[in-house]
Amino acid sequence: MKINRRQALGLSAGAAVFAAAGFRAAPAVADVAATEVAIKEFTGGIIPAEAGKLTLKTPEIAENGNTVPVSVSVESAMSGDDMVESIAILAEGNPNPGVVVFSFTPMSGAAAATTRMRLAKTQNVIAIAKMADGTFYMDKKEVKVTIGGCGG
Amino acid sequence: MATPRPRVKVPKTAAAGEVITIKTLISHDMESGQRKDSEGNTIPRKIINKFTCDFNGQTVFSCDIDPAISANPYFEFNAKVAESGTFKFTWVDDDGSVYEAEEKIEVK
Amino acid sequence: MRRGAWEGLPVRGKFAAIGAGVLVASALAFSAVQAEPVDETLSIDGVEMTTRAKAREGLPFDEVLSGWLFREAETRQLEADSFENPGMLYVERGEEIWNTVEGPAGQSCASCHGDAAESMAGIAAHYPKWDADSQRPINIELRIDKCRVEHMGLEPYKFDSDDQKALTTYIKHQSLGEPVNLDLAEGDMQSWWERGKERYYLRTGQLNFACASCHEANSGLYIRADHLSQGQANGFPTYRLKQADMVSLHNRLRGCIRDTRAETPAAFSDELMALEVYLTWRGTGLSVETPAVRQ
Repeated sequence: MKINRRQALGLSAGAAVFAAAGFRAAPAVADVAATEVAIKEFTGGIIPAEAGKLTLKTPEIAENGNTVPVSVSVESAMSGDDMVESIAILAEGNPNPGVVVFSFTPMSGAAAATTRMRLAKTQNVIAIAKMADGTFYMDKKEVKVTIGGCGG
Repeated sequence: MATPRPRVKVPKTAAAGEVITIKTLISHDMESGQRKDSEGNTIPRKIINKFTCDFNGQTVFSCDIDPAISANPYFEFNAKVAESGTFKFTWVDDDGSVYEAEEKIEVK
Repeated sequence: MRRGAWEGLPVRGKFAAIGAGVLVASALAFSAVQAEPVDETLSIDGVEMTTRAKAREGLPFDEVLSGWLFREAETRQLEADSFENPGMLYVERGEEIWNTVEGPAGQSCASCHGDAAESMAGIAAHYPKWDADSQRPINIELRIDKCRVEHMGLEPYKFDSDDQKALTTYIKHQSLGEPVNLDLAEGDMQSWWERGKERYYLRTGQLNFACASCHEANSGLYIRADHLSQGQANGFPTYRLKQADMVSLHNRLRGCIRDTRAETPAAFSDELMALEVYLTWRGTGLSVETPAVRQ
């Protein structure tokens, strides 16, 4: 993202001031409410209560927000009744919460996938698994996104 | 970069019913639509929005992709194969272009 | 250290620069957090890289360390796997360029140089070299340009064009693992080395930093969240996560100098060529890691 570090500092400082004063942050950033909408869109209206068999793996600190590795997996036989249909990944603090939706089939063998995503700032990454029997699991991890030293 | 180039890593052989790991990478800027150019105009979004892996004509795994996926998108996933055949990988660009790769596997 | 806090300082005047430098130096010291580079070995496709080597005579420390050792686990892992390393996409593109006929002479690199894996093996570890024709050091990018102009009837590449980066990455990759080793006895290399050394220790810019300010005096400390490496050249062109693209050495030198808020010298200028000679020499013994993966 081509904002220079001066702007980045200003943005976060400005956002902090806005938040403290009770104003909504600048429209370029999604928020918890927009992410909730996205979650409900995927699940058909509910907020899943627990992680259950779903594991979301992210680094604690992202060395650079442009390329952050992320893995999801669900303990599942991936056959018969025990099937994972899809797993969605959302980023609560990005301009838009959607990151990717992985779709599985019986030929997947395992319900697991790894990719690399962009995170605009320190935020929660959320994974939601949709089972074939209509159950949902949700896991959430905070990823700290840092600004490089000299901005270079 | 020039024409997006895919890279795929599939084991050459597997046992019937074995769960194998497949890794894929493709060169692509994944222009998010968030960036502005030096004149302040928004650079239009242009990303790979869909990735599919088929085996002998049947879908194994697929991704619906948003601009939050990094440039040079990487996907790692699993497949369980019962017979020998060909994996076909397809990446679809916002502009309609389709990029493909294929890898054979021998199942013993 | 909050950059915003003293952005308003006047730029003019030697004293302002020195004052700013003192402020920054003391701020850096106060926010200093030390972390050791990791104690791990880098193996790429089973071939072990030299990431630690005995420092050359005259350097004020014992060991030279690859920047790989200063990165987070996920970043290190990306370089260790030659399939996952996004820089390898550029190596592939470079190979394509190598084999493509271009220009009125109807030649490709391969026309003269055949299989790069043979003809270019180990070569890049000895660049920059002395070029008698131009009477100055020459690096891989300029060597490519020389071939383009003299043998292919083409213009030199525009600096940092995708093709230049891909081809440079491809050629340097043929030296993966080879320890960096320059011949300073050739031509006037020694005097360019002297100039480069002077530049390395010269404080410039509003922030009054020299390369040494961060990469020698404070290597191992954190500048904001960046774990400061020794600033070695052995991995360039490098796949930087920040740009999600290859970054050339001269691009990085200009970036660093820009970040000290100094005027940036032109790519391949005398100033930067001298610096490249000296900087590369500092990393003598480290393996060529191109394409390295860094933040």
